[in-house]
Amino acid sequence: MEVEYSGEVMTLNMGPQHPATHGVLRLELKTDGEVVAEAIPHIGYLHRCFEKHAESVEYPGVIPFTDRLDYVAAMNQELGFVLAVEKLMGIQVNSRVRCIRIIMAELNRIASHLLAAGTYGMDMGSFTPFLHCFRDREKILDFFEETCGARLLYNYNWVGGLMFDIPPGLEKKIIEFVDYFEPLVDDLNRLLSYNHIFVKRTADVGILPADRAVFYGVTGPNLRGSGVKFDVRKEEPYLGYEDIDFDVPIGTGEFGPVGSCFDRYIVRIYEVRQSCRIIRQAIAKLTPGDVQEAIPKRVKPPAGEVYMRTECPRGELGYYIVSDGSLKPYRVKVKSPCFCTLSAFREISRGAMISDIVAIVGSIDIVLGEIDR
Amino acid sequence: MESIQSLLKSIPHYEALPGYLKALMPSLVSSVVILALVLVLALFLVWLERKVSAHMQDRLGPMYVGGWHGWAQTIADGLKLLLKEDIIPGAADRFLFKTAPILVFIASFASFVVIPFGMSSIVSDLNIGILYVVAVTSLSVVGVIMAGWASNNKYALYGGMRGAAQIVSYEIPAALAIMTIVIQVGSLSMQDIVNAQRGGLHHWFIFRNPFNFVAFFVYFLCSLAEVNRTPFDIPECESELVAGYHTEYTGFRFALFFLAEYANMFVVASIAATLFLGGWTQVLPGVSQIVPGPILFTVNALFLVFLQMWLRWSLPRLRVDQLMYMCWKVMIPFAFVLLLGVGCLSVFWK
Repeated sequence: MEVEYSGEVMTLNMGPQHPATHGVLRLELKTDGEVVAEAIPHIGYLHRCFEKHAESVEYPGVIPFTDRLDYVAAMNQELGFVLAVEKLMGIQVNSRVRCIRIIMAELNRIASHLLAAGTYGMDMGSFTPFLHCFRDREKILDFFEETCGARLLYNYNWVGGLMFDIPPGLEKKIIEFVDYFEPLVDDLNRLLSYNHIFVKRTADVGILPADRAVFYGVTGPNLRGSGVKFDVRKEEPYLGYEDIDFDVPIGTGEFGPVGSCFDRYIVRIYEVRQSCRIIRQAIAKLTPGDVQEAIPKRVKPPAGEVYMRTECPRGELGYYIVSDGSLKPYRVKVKSPCFCTLSAFREISRGAMISDIVAIVGSIDIVLGEIDR
Repeated sequence: MESIQSLLKSIPHYEALPGYLKALMPSLVSSVVILALVLVLALFLVWLERKVSAHMQDRLGPMYVGGWHGWAQTIADGLKLLLKEDIIPGAADRFLFKTAPILVFIASFASFVVIPFGMSSIVSDLNIGILYVVAVTSLSVVGVIMAGWASNNKYALYGGMRGAAQIVSYEIPAALAIMTIVIQVGSLSMQDIVNAQRGGLHHWFIFRNPFNFVAFFVYFLCSLAEVNRTPFDIPECESELVAGYHTEYTGFRFALFFLAEYANMFVVASIAATLFLGGWTQVLPGVSQIVPGPILFTVNALFLVFLQMWLRWSLPRLRVDQLMYMCWKVMIPFAFVLLLGVGCLSVFWK
C-alpha cells in the first residue's frame, strides 16, 4: 500500500499489557495518523531462563520446563525434547508409545489451532467464534486430563515412554470427538473464515512473500501460508509419520496475494482437518503394549550432541542438546519458531494501519512464553 | 405532556402553586419519567445483550443475581460501578473529563422527548421532531471527542478521533434516508409520520415502495455506525484501542457512557420503528387499536435492538478506512438515489 506521510510521527506503545498482543509482547508503533510507519517488537517480558534452568536439573526434570515454553501446545514441546534425548541415547520406543504420542500431539495441535483461530476472530472484533472454539478445545483438554491429570502443562512424554497409558475406552471417545468436531470446522468457516468482512480485513494485509519467509527462517503454518510446502513431519519424519497419510496444506491466495494474514489463518483451519485424519489413522494403528518398557533406570546419555526438530503447531521446534555424559545436560538450546516469525514482523507490518497491526500479530500466532523462554 | 398536565391538575391545591412552578412542573415531571425510563431501559438492554450473546455462544449468561435468569445482574453491576473509585488521570483536563460523560448521556436522554410511544404517550410532539432527534443525537460526538481529548491518553485520542470521523460521516446517509420518509409524509413531526402509516402492515413505509425498503436498510446500517455497534464499533474496539475514548474512565462516569450507549441503541431503533415499521400502529389492517400502542411500539423497537445485538455477536469489525469507504462511496450515493427516486414517486405518482 502506498502511503503518504504527513511527517508528524507519534509513538504509540502497544503492550506489554494490551488485549491484542497475546501475552506480553510490546510493540512500539511509530504512527502517522492511523498509518503505522514502523512497528518495532520488544520482547523479553516473559524471560524465565529456561536454557539455564535446563543445565541445572537432570534430564527428566527439564521436561516440565519445556511444557512452559509454549503453554498452549505443551504436548508438542515436551515431545521435541524427549525425542532429542531418545535420539542421543539411542532408545527405541514401541509402536504403542509412538501412536499415543502422535494422537496426543495432533490433539494438542487441534487445541492450539482452535485457540489461534478463536483469538484471531476476537482480534477482528468477532467474539462468538472465540467461545465456539474454546468449547471444542475444552473437550480436548478433558482428554488430556483423563490421561495424565493435567489440562495445560502435562509432563506426559517421558524419555523412553509415557507417564501413563491412555485410560481404557479413550480411543473410542477420541474417535467420537473427531466425528463430532469435523463438521464444526465448516461451521467455523461459515461464521468467521469466509465472512466477507473478515476476508476484507485479512486478505490484503501483512503479505509475507515466500522468499522473504524463507529468508527470515519462518516455519510452520506461517511459512505454509506463504505458499512453501514444508512440514517437518514430511521432510524428516519422526514417530512414524512417514506411514501416515496426510496432506500439507499451503496458502493459495484465495482472496488476495499469497502470504496474507488470511492465508496464514486458513492454513491452520486446513491443518485441523489433517490432524483429524492423522488421529483416525493413529488410533487404527494402536496396538497393545507396555508404554513404559523402554524407560531407562537413569537418563544418562553418552557424551555428545544432538539436534532434533519436530513440527509443533507454531512451526519447526528444534532442540540442540550437548551432553557431557553426566545426569544433567551441558547445554540445551531451543530453536523457537515464534522467535523467527516475529523477526519478520517488522517488515510485513510496515505501512499498515493500526487495525492491521492487530491483524498481523494475530495471524502469526505467537506465544511469548516460547519467544522469551 | 397534555396527559401529565391534566394529571397534575387533579392534585389538590395544585392551582394554588406560584405561577413559575406551575409552568415548570409538567416538564420536570416528564423529565423524571423519561430518566426513569432511560435507566430501566438501559439496564434491561444490558441484561438482554448479555443473554442474547450468551445464548449465541453456548453459554447461559448471568443466572444467579435476583433469581430468575439473573435479571438483577445489571442492577448489581450498576451499584458496583457506583461504589468504584473515581479516578481522574493526573494529566487529564479535569473540566472536560468530567463534562464529557454527562454530555454524552444528555444527548441520548434528550432524544427520548420526541419518541412516540403511543398516540398520547409522547412528551412533546415537536413539529420538527425528527430533525430534533438528528440534531440532539449528533451532540454525543462532542462528548466523545471531549472524552478522547481530555483523557490525555493516546488510545483515547484515537478512539475520540475515530468516533468523530465516523459519527459525523454516518449522519449524512442516515439523514438522507430519513428525508425519504419526510418527503412522503410532508411533515417532520413524529406523530404525523406514524399517523401516515395507520391502517395495517401494508401501510408501513417499509412496504410502500422499493425505495423505502432499501432506505430502511441504509438507515439501519448507518444507525449501527452512529451508536458504535459492531461491525462499526471501531471507536471503542477493545482489540485495538483497549476501550477507545472511555479507556481512562472508571466508576460511574464509565457507567454513564455505558448507559448512554444502550439508551442510544433504543433511540435509533425507535426512530427506525417510527419511520419505517409503523411505530405504534396496529399490525393487522382493519382492526381497531386492541393492543395498546406503547406495547406495540416497544416490541417493534426491541425487535430492531435484537437485530443490532444479533449482528454484533456474529460479525467481525471493519477497518477504519473500509468504514469510511463504505460511507462516502456506497451509502451516500445510494441514499441520494433513494431520495431522488422517492421524490420522483411522490411528484408523478400522486
